[in-house]
Amino acid sequence: MGTPGEGLGRCSHALIRGVPESLGKEREGVAVGIPPLDLAKAQREHGVLGGKLRQRLGLQLLELPPEEQLPLGPLLGDTAVVHGDTALITRPWSPARRPEVDGVRRALQDLGLRIVEIKDENATLDGTDVLFTGREFFVGLSKWTNHRGAEIVADTFRDFAVSTVPVSGPSHLRGLCGMGGPRTVVAGSSEAAQKAVRAMAALTDHPYASLTLPDDAAADCLFLRPGLPGASPFLLHRGGGDLPNSQEVLQKLPDVTLVPVSCSELEKAGAGLSSLCLVLSTRPHS
Amino acid sequence: MTTEVGSESEVNKQAEQIGADAAQEKPDEEAPESQQNASSEPEEEKSPASPTAAVSKSSPRSQKKEKDPSESRGISRFIPPWLKKQKSYNLVEAKDGVERKEPTEAVVEEPVVEKDESLPEEGSVARGDTEEILERKRQEVRVDDKDEKHSVSSAETQPAKEDSKEIEVAKVEGIREDKQEGEAAKRETKEVQTTELKVEKVAQKAAKKIKTVPCKVTLLDGMEYSCDLEKRATGQVLFDKVCEQLNLLEKDYFGLLFQENNDQKSWLDPSKEIKKQVRNLPWIFTFNVKFYPPDPSQLTEDITRYFLCLQLRQDIASGRLPCSFVTHALLGSYTLQAELGDYDPEEHSSDYISEFQFAPNQTKEMEEKVIELHKTHRGLSPAQADSQFLENAKRLSMYGVDLHHAKDSEGVDIKLGVCANGLLIYKDRLRINRFAWPKILKISYKRSNFYIKVRPAELEQFESTIGFKLPNHRAAKRLWKVCVEHHTFYRLVSPEQPPKAKFLTLGSKFRYSGRTQAQTRQASTLIDRPAPYFERTSSKRVSRSLDGAPIGVMDQKDFSGPAGDVSVYGPGVAGQGVFQDGDGKREVRSPTKTPQLQFTTEGKKNSLRVEGENIYVRHSNLMLEDLDKTQDDILKHQASISELKRHFMESTPEPRPNEWEKRRITPLSQQTQGRKDHLFKMDILPVKEKQQIPAAPIVEEKAQETDKKRAPTSEGPCSGANDAVKSSHETLNVVEVKKQAEVGKEERVITEGVNENSSSSSSESEEEDVGEYRPHHRVTEGTIREEQEENEEDVEEEKEERASKVVQCVEAVPEASSVKQITVETVVQENVISQKVTGEKSLKEGYEQDMREETEEEHHKVNGEVPHVDIDVLPEIICCSEPPVVKTEMVTISDASQRTEISTKEVPIVQTETKTITYESPQIDGGAGGDAGTLLTAQTITSESVSTTTTTHITKTVKGGVSETRIEKRIVITGDADIDHDQALAQAIKEAKEQHPDMSVTRVVVHKETGVAEEEEEE
Repeated sequence: MGTPGEGLGRCSHALIRGVPESLGKEREGVAVGIPPLDLAKAQREHGVLGGKLRQRLGLQLLELPPEEQLPLGPLLGDTAVVHGDTALITRPWSPARRPEVDGVRRALQDLGLRIVEIKDENATLDGTDVLFTGREFFVGLSKWTNHRGAEIVADTFRDFAVSTVPVSGPSHLRGLCGMGGPRTVVAGSSEAAQKAVRAMAALTDHPYASLTLPDDAAADCLFLRPGLPGASPFLLHRGGGDLPNSQEVLQKLPDVTLVPVSCSELEKAGAGLSSLCLVLSTRPHS
Repeated sequence: MTTEVGSESEVNKQAEQIGADAAQEKPDEEAPESQQNASSEPEEEKSPASPTAAVSKSSPRSQKKEKDPSESRGISRFIPPWLKKQKSYNLVEAKDGVERKEPTEAVVEEPVVEKDESLPEEGSVARGDTEEILERKRQEVRVDDKDEKHSVSSAETQPAKEDSKEIEVAKVEGIREDKQEGEAAKRETKEVQTTELKVEKVAQKAAKKIKTVPCKVTLLDGMEYSCDLEKRATGQVLFDKVCEQLNLLEKDYFGLLFQENNDQKSWLDPSKEIKKQVRNLPWIFTFNVKFYPPDPSQLTEDITRYFLCLQLRQDIASGRLPCSFVTHALLGSYTLQAELGDYDPEEHSSDYISEFQFAPNQTKEMEEKVIELHKTHRGLSPAQADSQFLENAKRLSMYGVDLHHAKDSEGVDIKLGVCANGLLIYKDRLRINRFAWPKILKISYKRSNFYIKVRPAELEQFESTIGFKLPNHRAAKRLWKVCVEHHTFYRLVSPEQPPKAKFLTLGSKFRYSGRTQAQTRQASTLIDRPAPYFERTSSKRVSRSLDGAPIGVMDQKDFSGPAGDVSVYGPGVAGQGVFQDGDGKREVRSPTKTPQLQFTTEGKKNSLRVEGENIYVRHSNLMLEDLDKTQDDILKHQASISELKRHFMESTPEPRPNEWEKRRITPLSQQTQGRKDHLFKMDILPVKEKQQIPAAPIVEEKAQETDKKRAPTSEGPCSGANDAVKSSHETLNVVEVKKQAEVGKEERVITEGVNENSSSSSSESEEEDVGEYRPHHRVTEGTIREEQEENEEDVEEEKEERASKVVQCVEAVPEASSVKQITVETVVQENVISQKVTGEKSLKEGYEQDMREETEEEHHKVNGEVPHVDIDVLPEIICCSEPPVVKTEMVTISDASQRTEISTKEVPIVQTETKTITYESPQIDGGAGGDAGTLLTAQTITSESVSTTTTTHITKTVKGGVSETRIEKRIVITGDADIDHDQALAQAIKEAKEQHPDMSVTRVVVHKETGVAEEEEEE
């Protein structure tokens, strides 16, 4: 299990999924309601993200091919919750998105992870409603995730406390807060984000520092510790082009190398950094 | 208090509540009796119903019981032994049948069973036992009486009562009627008497040979330790023996569990006699970890860690401590390393592992993983492997969490987890709420309900009380006890003194009596011995004991194994293995095994005796009403509480007292709004009388009226809800008052007229039904804030508090009463009356008896007037120097003449010193109603130590012919965050008390600033 909190962000691989052209076309099916986005820009952003993961962070990057019938396929963070050697394949709230899990499952299986499936038809769980802090899990009870889904998270990751956090508004939990370090929660300044943070503070046994960012979206960052233990950690976050107001505050985070990326176009489809990539370690106990 | 007490009362409750069960039980109960003495039957039936309809069920029973003993005694003289013996057969059989039928209701059957078992005794023994039974019966009667909510009459009538009791023993017939007549009046008498009887009995018993009881303890490695214990041995005796056997020094983390009737396990209270706690013979315990060390690496000895490992292996294998697959494998591999040493491919064939159990459902895959990991631990010593094991196990989220099934106020199944940090609420496997100890202001239970009162959350304004429904009363009590123990162990530097057994006590007196974690760590540093050798043995394998004798493997759950299982554990165990027949049940059944039966009887009797020690006062109709409530009512109450809470939260954050606050502030409202005074008086009087006079239903109504009237006064938006919430709140508060006293937190002695009255009324709640504990964080960081919030919750939010915080807690005993005198005529009247009626007794009685006689004396002195000591005038004044204005009003409670001065706004940051002066004058003058005392002497002494400066200011004044010595200590504690200010404060208070044992602390003023803390205490 490693030292508490030290397990946070350990990773060797990153998994992403290409942006299908269907995402840039007329909305239909699941993507109804999403404003048309600049497909080229979205794909460019996605490409840059992949590049940073590979080159800047030195992760082994696996890119799943886009599938046209799965316009939201790039948001694969919703399809699995990975910790240690275990991957919980989720059951997304949107039935149209459920086929997305198949490709992800295969990829994770190939990487040697233990796959846990949700068999309960009453459970819904979006992966981006799950926040792992290094010590425990928080599962946002949002529009997308219900109690039963959260319970399955608890059942899957039994070593850890799994607490539920009510999430109000149109966001996933990870859209409101993230980890800026092993003991630091970063959160947006919206009411919903602050409420979630307060709930987490009440539920946790561990003291976390809390850093409030002007933008909720800026809190959707990834604390990553690729490579060998002891290597200096990175924070993959939304850059100044996307969210200029939050950059200064992010500088306050100690001991991390900031890696800014942009995904403002993909954001229109509901994407955030936590949904655009899955990071995992194939040697979780090293 | 012991569990038995609870069960007794529970029995009655159950009888009332569960009609079916009671009905079922009754035949069983009566059948033996009729066999026993046919002539008694008619009389039983004759016995009239109890005064109140509600109690009708319990009352006949009680009478019957009371009768029975005398009967049996009388009979025993005439009935030949063989007849008695025969009877015993029958009875025992009946009992067995009952048990099988309704294992969960076993408690209900207890009395019958006990009685039956006592019969087989012969000759002189029989006589002694019957007396014991009688005694016991009497106590039961008392319990029953409690269930009938009769008010208690004054203690003076008691002697007469006693006599009649004694007589009763001899002449069954004559007394019966007496009893019925005067039952209500007698009640208290009986209680008092009980103690004396007990003494007699003990003496009587001593004359007999010392009896021993066989006792078995299943150890963590699965082996069994047997010994004979003196019948009256305390839990500590056994625990010490076991620890000695185990060579365990750091024993405070451990405890002994015993099985209760309902398959639940309870911790053996070391401070109490075993026989009072354990009802079943033989005495069987399991040795377990009670407090899981949050950081096992801080344990001093490897042997302690070893036992902790054994416990955790059990926890994991049984599923109590859930683990992921990987963790199962990892922990299993450390277990292998510790037990077997390095992996040796030659020695360790592929199935070497299967004799270990690592997980509830162990798979081949897991075993392979375990082996794989085992290979990587090469070179780890057993102790190192244990340490690694613990380092990983301690991080499991359920490590050290004691789970209790419950339902929330909406009836949803949840689990309450008690742990080192607080109380966790789980739904399924999910943590849905958490209450850290510092957040909990009070823990209480009442019947099968368990309540916590929590301080307001960051953005909330008000404290809230959250209720949970436990499966039964025992479960609620068990949970409550576990909470009290965990809080004390993990959060306090030293355990609280259990409340003294004074004349009138309500609620459970239970307190954790062992060492706290801090103390045990301290003690551990003194351990100076070479690391003891101990043999590791896998708990699931046949192994050898220390002296080489073969030992059977004990199934953890089934203690009634074959005789071969009796362990010959090690050398030096006195009387080991005496209890050769492992099957306790069979023995009990056999009529020839007199000793055992006798033990049972004995245990029973003594357990009842415990009740006698806990004196109940039951004269509150409020409580009665509450106790009689159906479950639905209770749930409704809970619902309305949460509704109230919601209401509060939704409503404007305008400063507004909560339910409790209102009550406390009431006198103030009386004062400021004269028009209400007569209402107030009207309400008060009856309530007062309640303390003295057998309560009449009217009183209850009045009391409720009081509440109703009060609610509008305080202008809560939710006054409608008040009534609904009231009664439960009342109970809690009341008990709270007492607890505070017990705890000795002077500032907490917050009582106010109405509140107090209701407290005295609710004090009748039977001790078993109400338990109360106030985790007061003497040592922890929460203390001051807790006070503050409790009393002026409206003022500010925690954030602000953090920055700078000035809290003044003043106990304004004299002021309040004087206020009444001055402002309202009617109130004065009330004082007078209460004086007449209550006198000294009412002081002690309605009040927090053990609360502080000292303090009362002090108050006498201060006031120079008796009436002021009256219970209902102990408001707590809290003044906060921070901007919010609300304070002013609360301060108003003090003397009218002073009021103007005080209520002149406190300027934001006021020096503590200044404030002290401000408060002093009302307190001195208040009682005399403006009669300022004459200053005799004044002196100031200053002393300094490293981080504290103590200034002692002693003044002597004379006022109204009474001299008063006032010692004011100003302790300035400076230092950085490393200093535990709360601890320092606690220490200072303690020292002050020790220095002046004859004085009482009336006020503690704490002034804290960021980085600097200044604490002042006044005596």
